[in-house]
Amino acid sequence: MNLLQYWREHTRYGRLAAKGIMGMNCRNIRYISRYNPRSLYPLVDDKLKTKHLAIEHGVNVPDLIGVIDNQHDVPKIARITNGVPGFCIKPAKGSGGKGILVIDRVVDGLYYKTNGQAIALPDIERHISNILAGLFSLGGKTDFALIESLIKVDDAFLQFTHEGVPDLRVIVFRGFPVMSMMRLSCASSKGKANLHQGAVGVGISMDTGRAVRAVQSGRPVSHHPDTKQSLGDLVVPQWIAMLELACACYDMTGLGYLGVDLVLDKHRGPLLLELNARPGLSIQVANDAGLLPRLRRVETIKKPEKYPIVERVAYSRSYFAAQSQLQP
Amino acid sequence: MSKTVSSNRVPLYILVLGLLATGLFLTFYRHIVFDVPWLPDAKRQIWSIEAKIEFEALGQPVRLSLAVPDNQPGFERVSEHTASPGYGLAFVEEGVKRRAEWSVREANGRQTLYYQVDMLFDESSFNKMLGTPPQIETVTYSGPEETAVTQLLQRARSRSADPFTMTRELIAEFNNESQVAQLLVQQKSRERRLVEMLNLAGIPARVVQTLFLEDGRRRQSLVSYLQVFSGDEYALFNPQSGQQGQVTNQLLWEQNSGSLLDLVGGRDSRVSFSIISQEVPAARIYQEKVAHLKNAMDFSIHSLPLEEQTMFKGILLIPVGVLVVVIMRILVGIRTSGTFMPVLIALAFIQTTLITGLVGFFLIVGVGLIIRSYLSRHNLLLVARISAVIISVIIIIAVFSILAYGLGLAEGLKVTFFPMIILSWTIERMSILWEEEGAKEVFVQGGGSLMVAVLAYLVMINPVVRHLMFNFIGLQLVFMALVLMCGNYTGYRLSELRRFKPLVQGN
Repeated sequence: MNLLQYWREHTRYGRLAAKGIMGMNCRNIRYISRYNPRSLYPLVDDKLKTKHLAIEHGVNVPDLIGVIDNQHDVPKIARITNGVPGFCIKPAKGSGGKGILVIDRVVDGLYYKTNGQAIALPDIERHISNILAGLFSLGGKTDFALIESLIKVDDAFLQFTHEGVPDLRVIVFRGFPVMSMMRLSCASSKGKANLHQGAVGVGISMDTGRAVRAVQSGRPVSHHPDTKQSLGDLVVPQWIAMLELACACYDMTGLGYLGVDLVLDKHRGPLLLELNARPGLSIQVANDAGLLPRLRRVETIKKPEKYPIVERVAYSRSYFAAQSQLQP
Repeated sequence: MSKTVSSNRVPLYILVLGLLATGLFLTFYRHIVFDVPWLPDAKRQIWSIEAKIEFEALGQPVRLSLAVPDNQPGFERVSEHTASPGYGLAFVEEGVKRRAEWSVREANGRQTLYYQVDMLFDESSFNKMLGTPPQIETVTYSGPEETAVTQLLQRARSRSADPFTMTRELIAEFNNESQVAQLLVQQKSRERRLVEMLNLAGIPARVVQTLFLEDGRRRQSLVSYLQVFSGDEYALFNPQSGQQGQVTNQLLWEQNSGSLLDLVGGRDSRVSFSIISQEVPAARIYQEKVAHLKNAMDFSIHSLPLEEQTMFKGILLIPVGVLVVVIMRILVGIRTSGTFMPVLIALAFIQTTLITGLVGFFLIVGVGLIIRSYLSRHNLLLVARISAVIISVIIIIAVFSILAYGLGLAEGLKVTFFPMIILSWTIERMSILWEEEGAKEVFVQGGGSLMVAVLAYLVMINPVVRHLMFNFIGLQLVFMALVLMCGNYTGYRLSELRRFKPLVQGN
């Protein structure tokens, strides 16, 4: 007994376990392989399927401008995007934000990326060819390119981002949102919103949508590194609507352990960006909290399918709140 | 949502226990019943050599005679057997001359005969090189040949003291006087000429066919050496370099200046050798040909033909490498590019040795990355680009081999052992990683893969591991059980203890 106690208090392994931090092996065996049936993966691994499914279920998504699914159609990109102020090219089966090209504006036949770099039409065509050949897809499978309209960052987030669009990651377990974080791109992440590429991760309290804690490359931060804005001021607007959207994504896919990426559009409100059947674990570092206690709590709920979205959101807001460690 | 994957782990644990029990039972069974030792013992090393004779029979009576090895300093014949269905067989001995003779009334088409011999390596008798010297045969020369021979012999004699130094000087003369040498080897082989000249100088000598014994080799052939006598004592000479001495893994297969194979009634004959080294307990060796004991319960690779055995020596090691990868990925959490690429690289390292392998790997991948970065400018489709990388890798390997050979680095030739398709994919993946995540991630993953590969290599070349894996096939089941157990580990990876360190610091 004493030995166990010593282990839980004085070894790093024991302290992590005591805190309920979930490791990769545990996530894969206990949650992903148990709650995510393989047959449902295509729904989230293929962004076009996700989009169609979302539209079917009344979940808002960014507008689809066009799809290019074979090499022969690559030159059509100029015609498809003609007259569009800005657009975004994504591989349908990409992962980890790979292969996403965001064009801010088009001036005199030159395409400007969000960082101001100008590229020509052949560069865009080459990028689409790479997408079609499967360069960015899981397992190198042939893929196709989605062209979407740009998302207008909501004013509430303008002070918290550098170039890219900040997104909200929510882990939804058996239909209940359990943990969430905002991912803010910054100069050192080159406009990308992936934490391992240097983006800032901000843990969000489940009750209010208020920032709990922020980390960059594993270290706590209190201000956005580029805009110097205090992260303690960050509150996600339309918080309940965001959580309800996340819950709706579980209902439409049936994936028990799901990562939902949402954005807040200035004009259209909460939009579903993409779904992830193997969401990462950094969200625990951003929240300074382990996933396991929350997952275990939800596991005790019998017949979770009987709860409507509103009740599920209310449940999460009352049980998964956290005190902010940041100064407002 | 109902659970789709069983959360009940009991059947898995039963499977693991079953595999462990069966595997350990088979292992102990082999140890106790067949007396296979746990540890390799170099002093009781047996070389099993298989000669595979292939020829095209012409539909006539066939007579086939193969020179076979006899006891000799360093090697003792323990057992021999043949596989030649339908053929009559006799071993003919004339003094030290031993031959296996096969005959059949009529044979048609492609024929394959096997002769296998087990030679016990005996280091103690290796120092006394004694044998019966052959008769001296005097050949008479005339014309320019006579002048050449006399000249070479005179020079060699003036610089030598005994038959052995004489031989060395004669070969040196042969190498220096290339024109004279060329004249002499026009009609007879270099070795025959050297023997004739030594005989002329009153030194008994003959051409012997030797086989270099290396574990796990296939399709080897014999190499001609000179055997020169001084009284009863003899020494071997490399007829090309003049180097004196017999290495401990050099077996005299044919030592009577005879032919290796005589064939009547067939054509297109070919003899190739497969070699394998085994550790057998001394007690078993003298138990008289226990090698033939083929029991249904003897679940060992040893019941297969030697050529297949040599192949399995490598294959049976793969689970060890795979387990290393599983441990490094699941328990330690090292990222590698391509899950089992490290095992394949480790297998290549076994062939090339570590330093050569590492140098080769860096050269190939480095040059490959440069070529790949050039290709990426041309907007190619993925399949075509990888194919181009594969061809580049093959060209790189060819160029390195030729360069290394030209520079006299025989080691360099071993780069051909690298799995080319795998290397091409590695280059492609690393190149994409470089473009997307930067050089750092390439070094993290490349270094991780290489580290795992080196680790797997170090485990796989361990003589104890090799001995155990080859001799105890039951261990395969044990490894299976270990891998299944790793697949059930839900704890933290070592790397995660570092990753989540900020969560338990302070407070």
